[in-house]
Amino acid sequence: MARLLRSPALQRFASLEFVLGAVLLIAIAGTVILSGWLLPDPTKISLSSRLVPPLVNAAHPLGTDALGRDILARVASGGWISLQVGFISVAGSVVLGVAMGLVAGYYRGIWDMILMRFADVQLALPFILLAITFVAIVGGSITNTIILLIVSQWVQYARLVRASVMSLREREFVLSARAIGVADRNIIMRHLLPNLLGPVVVLMTLNVANNILLESSLTFLGLGVDPSIPSWGGMLAEGRTYLQTAWWISVVPGLAILLTVLGLNLLGDWLRDLLDPTGRTSR
Amino acid sequence: MIGFILKRLLQAAFVVVAVSLVVAVAIRMTGDPALMISQGATNITEADLQRIREGLGLNEPFVVQYANSLIGLLTWNFGNSFVGGTPVNILISRALPATLMLAFTTLLLSIIISVPLGIRAAVSRGKWSDQLIRICSLVGLSFPNFWLATMLVLLFAVTFRLLPPSGMSGFESFIMPTLTMGIILTATNVRLVRTTMLETLNSQYIMVARAKGLSENKVLYKHALRNCAIPLITYFGLQFGGLLGGIVVIERVFNWPGMGTLAFDAVAARDYPVLQAVIMILSLMIVLVNLIVDIAYGFVDPRIRKE
Repeated sequence: MARLLRSPALQRFASLEFVLGAVLLIAIAGTVILSGWLLPDPTKISLSSRLVPPLVNAAHPLGTDALGRDILARVASGGWISLQVGFISVAGSVVLGVAMGLVAGYYRGIWDMILMRFADVQLALPFILLAITFVAIVGGSITNTIILLIVSQWVQYARLVRASVMSLREREFVLSARAIGVADRNIIMRHLLPNLLGPVVVLMTLNVANNILLESSLTFLGLGVDPSIPSWGGMLAEGRTYLQTAWWISVVPGLAILLTVLGLNLLGDWLRDLLDPTGRTSR
Repeated sequence: MIGFILKRLLQAAFVVVAVSLVVAVAIRMTGDPALMISQGATNITEADLQRIREGLGLNEPFVVQYANSLIGLLTWNFGNSFVGGTPVNILISRALPATLMLAFTTLLLSIIISVPLGIRAAVSRGKWSDQLIRICSLVGLSFPNFWLATMLVLLFAVTFRLLPPSGMSGFESFIMPTLTMGIILTATNVRLVRTTMLETLNSQYIMVARAKGLSENKVLYKHALRNCAIPLITYFGLQFGGLLGGIVVIERVFNWPGMGTLAFDAVAARDYPVLQAVIMILSLMIVLVNLIVDIAYGFVDPRIRKE
């Protein structure tokens, strides 16, 4: 047993980053999933118990807000929104970005040029200003936030995949596959895609974290999720009014964002050491 | 070299034109400013709305309006604000310095802290000080900027009453916004400095310098840091867009009279000329910074020119 614990493979697997990240994420996901059964209704107003501080009342361990709604329940329910937006938006950007990157990197030519110029334009547009304009046109909602995040993030995947494909397509195993007449489609699916998985997965993990941050700042600014739905950014925006009297309304949801994003960043870092040691995805 | 500069200039010009086109089309989809202006007034007729639109130049074909806005960007003349009629370039000349000053103090703070820390982490790779610096920088990276700003307000303005909670008035008002963005940017940069330094320390000329018997400090700060400087400046340049985006958000928290505040007010009032000018100028600055970094890199490293 002692020898097993000291084996390099396991040590690498069970690094401090992995343990911390996994514990954080399991705790948060657990709270979010169990909240439906264990916690009170996050939207239930109770004016008799407004602004209860945390750790005072056993019924409200993290206190209540200005309308007497339970903060723990609201944070758990807001976590569901943030995780949903984070994961769906990343899934969308990966599908779009990987497909475009494969085509551009493998066939080059006009597709490649269009993609790279598109990437230039997106690099020069500050995300938040794009968001302001976008929301002014279509309004804010969960779906629109997801679409906005996909539109602004897919280029990262396309650039990463394009760069990797351009170097992979000159490698011997691809050249020999081509020489024996394997169809392009099969070369892409069987030879290129599996080799891209590592860096793409690393970027995805870090991107979920980043998109959760972006979603909460949009909602905080009133450009994201509808204020009537409990969300982390929305709770923080409400809490600002009560900063003088009820600090916990602003502290708790912010901590929730911090810990979730930290957990994902820790896992992303660990995955990078494991899957992408040459650092194609390092920032 | 001249061919390389021309190519980059052409790409930059293309980006500016494309961004302006996207912005012009998008902004015109946000709604009718004539309706916003006439809001609250009673018995507005369609003829009145038409007159307002004519006064604002909204009846011209889109191509004419767009061409005018491009000429405006070149001549620094963006027309008048729909709200109050102030010339847009006056609004910009008040807001842009406020935002840029914040960007400058933030960048300065982050470089002063992150370069020594990053070098320290690289030198002691794998040891506890490296681990500590890495974990701390991951925590810093995970902060939502607007929440960090709120927490600083809670601590320094509400609880201890040491600093003004909002506005731009003198040196003290710079402390909290700079700290907010500085902490987050430093966290990113420590990691960049560490990675770049690690790569450099593995190279042969560092081995030669050490073999010559130079002191470790001389090796680090004279040989290694100098060679790290080029890639690091490129990274810092690429961060400029993200930095401006972050400042735009926290301007909201600190009521900072910068480009972000201007943009938010403009979008609420459907104030096209102002919003368009804000987005165009910020994008233009990002393109310019990247162009300068690119060309500078081309001067220093001939391999880049051939790409």
